[in-house]
Amino acid sequence: MMKPKTVDKIATAVIIGVAGLIVLVLAGLLGFILVRGLGHLSFDFLTSPPESIRAGGGIGPQLFNSLFLLVLTMIITVPLGIGAGIYMSEYAKANKITDFIRLVVEVLSSFPSIVVGLFGLLLLVNYFGLGFSLFAGALALTIFNLPLMVRITEQGLKSVPREQKEAALALGLTKWKTITSIMLPIALPIIVSGTILAAGRVFGEAAALLFTAGMSSPRLNFSDWNPLSPVSPLNPFRPAETLAVHIWKINSEGLAPDAAEIAAGASAVLVITVLLFNLLARWLGRFMHRKFTAMK
Amino acid sequence: MAQTTDKKISANNHFAEEWVGRIYSTLCVLVLVTTIVAMVYFVASRGLSTFFKNDVNVLDLLTGLKWSPEGQPPLFGALPFIFGSFSTSMLAALIAAPLSFCAAVFMIEITPRFGRKYLQPVIELLAGIPSVVYGFIGLSVIVPFFRDVFPGQGVGIAAGALVLSIMILPTMTTVATDALASLPSGLKEGSYALGATRWQTIYRVVLPTTLPSLMTGVVLGLARAFGEALAVQMVIGNAPFVPRGLFESASTLTSAITLSMGNTVSGSAHNNALWSLALILMVMTFIFVFIVRWLEKRSKL
Amino acid sequence: MKKTVTLIMAIVLTFTLAACGKNTNNGGNASTPPATNSASTEPTTEPTPEPKKLEGSILATGSSALQPLVDQASKAFMDANSGVTIQVQGGGSGTGLTQVSEGQSDIGNSDVYAEEKLDADKAGELVDHQVAVVAMAAVVNPKVNVDTLTKQQLIDIFTGKVTNWKDLGGDDQKIVIINRPSSSGTRATFEKYALGTKTDDLQGSIQEDSSGTVRKIIGETPGAIGYLALSYLDDSVKTLAYDGVAANEENVANGTYPVWAYEHMYTKGEPNEVAKAFLDYMMTDEVQDGAVVELGYIPAKKMQITRDIEGNITKK
Repeated sequence: MMKPKTVDKIATAVIIGVAGLIVLVLAGLLGFILVRGLGHLSFDFLTSPPESIRAGGGIGPQLFNSLFLLVLTMIITVPLGIGAGIYMSEYAKANKITDFIRLVVEVLSSFPSIVVGLFGLLLLVNYFGLGFSLFAGALALTIFNLPLMVRITEQGLKSVPREQKEAALALGLTKWKTITSIMLPIALPIIVSGTILAAGRVFGEAAALLFTAGMSSPRLNFSDWNPLSPVSPLNPFRPAETLAVHIWKINSEGLAPDAAEIAAGASAVLVITVLLFNLLARWLGRFMHRKFTAMK
Repeated sequence: MAQTTDKKISANNHFAEEWVGRIYSTLCVLVLVTTIVAMVYFVASRGLSTFFKNDVNVLDLLTGLKWSPEGQPPLFGALPFIFGSFSTSMLAALIAAPLSFCAAVFMIEITPRFGRKYLQPVIELLAGIPSVVYGFIGLSVIVPFFRDVFPGQGVGIAAGALVLSIMILPTMTTVATDALASLPSGLKEGSYALGATRWQTIYRVVLPTTLPSLMTGVVLGLARAFGEALAVQMVIGNAPFVPRGLFESASTLTSAITLSMGNTVSGSAHNNALWSLALILMVMTFIFVFIVRWLEKRSKL
Repeated sequence: MKKTVTLIMAIVLTFTLAACGKNTNNGGNASTPPATNSASTEPTTEPTPEPKKLEGSILATGSSALQPLVDQASKAFMDANSGVTIQVQGGGSGTGLTQVSEGQSDIGNSDVYAEEKLDADKAGELVDHQVAVVAMAAVVNPKVNVDTLTKQQLIDIFTGKVTNWKDLGGDDQKIVIINRPSSSGTRATFEKYALGTKTDDLQGSIQEDSSGTVRKIIGETPGAIGYLALSYLDDSVKTLAYDGVAANEENVANGTYPVWAYEHMYTKGEPNEVAKAFLDYMMTDEVQDGAVVELGYIPAKKMQITRDIEGNITKK
């Protein structure tokens, strides 16, 4: 029988070791991606269109598509998610229906992305005739993001001090007014940082987009900003290959001689972007928190 | 007089505004519910047509060992995929669970300041790395490593589980951290006051009381691993058989779907069978959610 | 019934989206998608033919093996006809055939004959345009010191009768099979023309659908064997001769090397004006001697023989 003190020391050492291991794994992963990819990054790589057989292709349209798809998804998700979050946290009565909705949110949030993608292919792409398009992709991504947004909004609203809410109601404000002008601003830091983290996840999603947004990008004319023109980058009904899908495609079918380098470079860009999202979420959350608390 | 009408109008406005808000937020929830109902309906209608239109026996699909949809006669035994999905995700959870527990203990009990400030963002970053990148790293690093060290070709359940365990680590760690942080400090302090060491406190007090919450994290991680497609498909080998070892090519439900969905035409028996696999995935999601709810109820007691 | 349900759901969805958009601050943005949504419920492909200038947009979906070629050709075609937009999608032969047959795509790209995938009556509606020939070769890991395999030897390998390279004159090294999924067009071609028989999946074999991954695994795994289209061959793998005949363009064209297939571009009925112009363009020398050769396919016109769906060969 070992002394409890010794056991404690061993256990502590093991736990610290494991924590160190996790950091090492992440450092290794990031290092692997960045070391292989950074050498390939250049302004030209980030802006030029891809080549299917010759070397020297870039990821310009893919990068644009990823960002544009993100914006589209957020435009659909944020109002819907905040609305549903408000309902769940403020209006929903404690009954069977609310329970059921909560179940729906939970199920939706752990749905396999491939099933969402197939559903998108069946319903959005084929049935509604949206075709492989940014819009279909954005709707599919909304399905993932919505439960997250709902949860984030709920969390944010729950964090509002009860006194503040009751004071507003006591002043004769309607519930809706109280929510939108008193509670939402207070909850905003949490909602914003949560949203940005969710956005990072959208950025890396590929499985669902393979079947909805498509695997090719039409020739884009970056001087044509009319959203209805088929060559306009802003047209939401054109197919769009995102960065994550592009990595998948050139890894699996790439014919260009520098396919491996492009994949590595694109992975690095993707990871850096997600990293930026994380930092931005933290910074913005802290910044807004400080601003709102200073106002008091 | 004018004042009262003014008041009335503003009251009406308030009333209208309240209703607009109420209706708006209700509609948003309706969209959510409609989405999932539509999804269940469509996947089920496709997935069930294997049994109704193509006359495949449900039991044959669930327990059959041979998957040969283009053969003569076509056989739809999905057990290898079901087995593959379960074994990879469970193994992944088995690897990730102790790691995430240690990480959570490190962050909450050992160095709260340093851990929260540095380890947590690091682990959240892991969640942000796209699955395609994980798969690619798995294929470039883990598979060759396993091929050199262990007998076999490197692909298989072991490689898939290892890739998945890193992917689900953030989910599990976040839940575990929240569980440990929400533990009433009186409990721990009582234990320390009785002269217990930190490890004794963790092992005898913290672990048993937070176990249901920790299990919730494990199940959530399991669910995520179960549904992951691209990363697993790249490293598991995809042979439609129950493997004889951890290092032999195997398949999961998701890898079977991604591998063949694009090659089959809509409405064919093969295509319908793939939808049945998607249906199994969906049913499993429901089961996982119910397990999580059950665990959450227990942790509240 | 099904249609009504979805229609109602579509209306609910559109309505709620619009409603949600109006009530929030960024209403202007959010209400755009539904508005344009209703306009585009009809497929985007409504070419408005003008007598002088070719205008319209077409969508070609399907085989990922054919995608680079169509993609490359479409770029040049769009440069020449500024009014035309051609969208090329992957997704697999099955997706391509489904979509062209259901009218969602104008052109369905496929590695296999439509008759092999679709019901006879559906396949009957499709018009076949054979734009190129793709040849496949058995490839092995560079360390395998075997240079040619006979048909029987290949059958023995892919049915699991022979499991070690030493039985085929090579080193004592276990054979690792890198196969394609049974739904794959590449596998169908290889089995039909190289093996002459369908094979079952083998326990322990690796299956990958994408040529890039197959090449990567074969290049890294000792004793690996698989098959690739000629366009994917490079120094990381070793190409085997089939019955002593080397896999190259000349041998395919004169009929001595049998493992090849047509690349099909299907249209439903006769193609519309833009699709027809594009398909005609695919057959011009500019594409056939340019992109087709560059991408490792064999121009259809170079073939000295033709082969029908049953595999009957006739000299041209």
